[in-house]
Amino acid sequence: MAVITVERKPLTFLERTYLPQIAGGLKTTLKHLVAPKKTLEYPEQRPAIPTGYRGVPTLVMDPNGREKCVSCQLCEFVCPPKAIRITPGEIPADQPDRAHVEKGPKAFDIDMLRCIYCGLCQEVCPEEAIFLQNQFSMSGYSREEMVNHKDRLYELGGTLPDAHFKWDKKKAAEEHGNAH
Amino acid sequence: MFDFYFEIPLVIRLFLQGLAVIMVIFPIAGACSMAERKVAAWIQDRPGPNRAVVPWVAWIPFLGTFLQRLGIFHVMADGGKMLFKEDSLPGHVNKFYFVLAPIVAMIPALTTVVVVPFGAYLDAAGKIIPVGLAPLDVGILAVFAVSSLGVYSMILAGWASNSKYPFLGSVRASAQLISYELSMALSVLPVFLWVNAPGMEATMGFGRVVEFQSQPGFLGGMWFGFLMPLSAFIFFVALFAETNRQPFDTVESESDLVGSFHTEYGAFKWGLFFVAEYSHMIVGSGVFMLLFGGGWNPLPWVPLADLVGWLAQITPLASHPLFVGVLSISIFLGKVLAMIFLFMWVRWTLPRFRYDQVMKIGWQRLLPLSIANLLFYAIAIAFIQK
Repeated sequence: MAVITVERKPLTFLERTYLPQIAGGLKTTLKHLVAPKKTLEYPEQRPAIPTGYRGVPTLVMDPNGREKCVSCQLCEFVCPPKAIRITPGEIPADQPDRAHVEKGPKAFDIDMLRCIYCGLCQEVCPEEAIFLQNQFSMSGYSREEMVNHKDRLYELGGTLPDAHFKWDKKKAAEEHGNAH
Repeated sequence: MFDFYFEIPLVIRLFLQGLAVIMVIFPIAGACSMAERKVAAWIQDRPGPNRAVVPWVAWIPFLGTFLQRLGIFHVMADGGKMLFKEDSLPGHVNKFYFVLAPIVAMIPALTTVVVVPFGAYLDAAGKIIPVGLAPLDVGILAVFAVSSLGVYSMILAGWASNSKYPFLGSVRASAQLISYELSMALSVLPVFLWVNAPGMEATMGFGRVVEFQSQPGFLGGMWFGFLMPLSAFIFFVALFAETNRQPFDTVESESDLVGSFHTEYGAFKWGLFFVAEYSHMIVGSGVFMLLFGGGWNPLPWVPLADLVGWLAQITPLASHPLFVGVLSISIFLGKVLAMIFLFMWVRWTLPRFRYDQVMKIGWQRLLPLSIANLLFYAIAIAFIQK
């Protein structure tokens, strides 16, 4: 590789006085002084959330308003900081619209003081019931307040569009006499 | 109309005048710290502090929001915080001198205002009379003598803090202020050589300097900033160093000295150092404007008397001494505030000089330059005023 020796020019008198450089700097800062501001004034203005953003984990319902979670506890097992605690439960017999759903959680707690927003729960969920959605700020006055219980999780999650309608298909199959 | 005022005993009158000036300087110094934050923000493309607001002001439809966005109320919030914070006194400091230092900082900062005239009015004969607390003949000498006492507060603070960085900072402060005082004093000498023309009563006061800048004719109406640009430049640079402003901020350089002499200070004592710094800036800018910027004359070649004459043609009220006084004070204050803005603008533009560079600029560049400048003007003035 050829080495090119670049001649270092001595500074001119004006450059050594440093004054033209100061004037140039002042010109630059003056431009910024009058330029439109770039700050996002947070509580009033919110940032645009990109798709695939991992916010607070939430539980979602299917379009029929049934809870999707079947309390398989895979998310509980996969959760690296052990933030999720699930108490599994049976589906009550007096709810005919949930008759074909296999199981449901009795209690579902996510401790947001432990959660690291890794998204493994969403990744592992076979029922597509848990999603890390757009909410990015969580605050509370006590440790207890920072634990999201089931009702709160569904309130945050809402309903997401469903591509599978698993329980509807299961119900239809049962009615045709071939369970599975 | 104002005769009752002149019937008050002189001592009380002077006391009231002094109080009035302090009542102006102190809030301006406080507002400067706010302006500093705001200018810093604007230069960095931020809107700056704009949240604090007093509820009943927020109810005013347009103005309230404007004032809030301007951050006016943050001055009060800052001041209130500084007043009501716990005034801590670290265990390892020399308590007496530690408390004394901010007081010593304030005294010279507010004392120099005494000799600086900040406006003028026309008397019955149409002669310009400067307005000031005590327009003494020693003028500039008093400013130099008293303002250089300010360094003692930094030395005291640094030494009494009894810890490493404050001490280093105070050593730097004393060295820097002494170095630049020389070239500062030498740079203003040509001005006073020029205004003390042969056959005139000798003075070091500012009144004559401004008078010389408001004479008729091309050369007479020329401000000394144009007549002696090098003097003005040296004084300007030395002013930055004397007030410890960027780029000569080595005294306070937080990256290598934490906070320098005020590292151990908090609450209102800390705030006093800053009010003192801004008061120094205000008085320094005032002196610069008097010496080189035409004082209370609105524009070069447009003296105050001409402006008043034009205004008097519109309304005879304009030649009232009170109106002329207010007009001249606002012109002067406007110029001083423009200088303060320049200070801030430079602060957020230039990086800090290294300490050895500061010393080199002071002793090897500015001092020879100011001596050469003095010799040149001394010879030139000797020939012109022969």
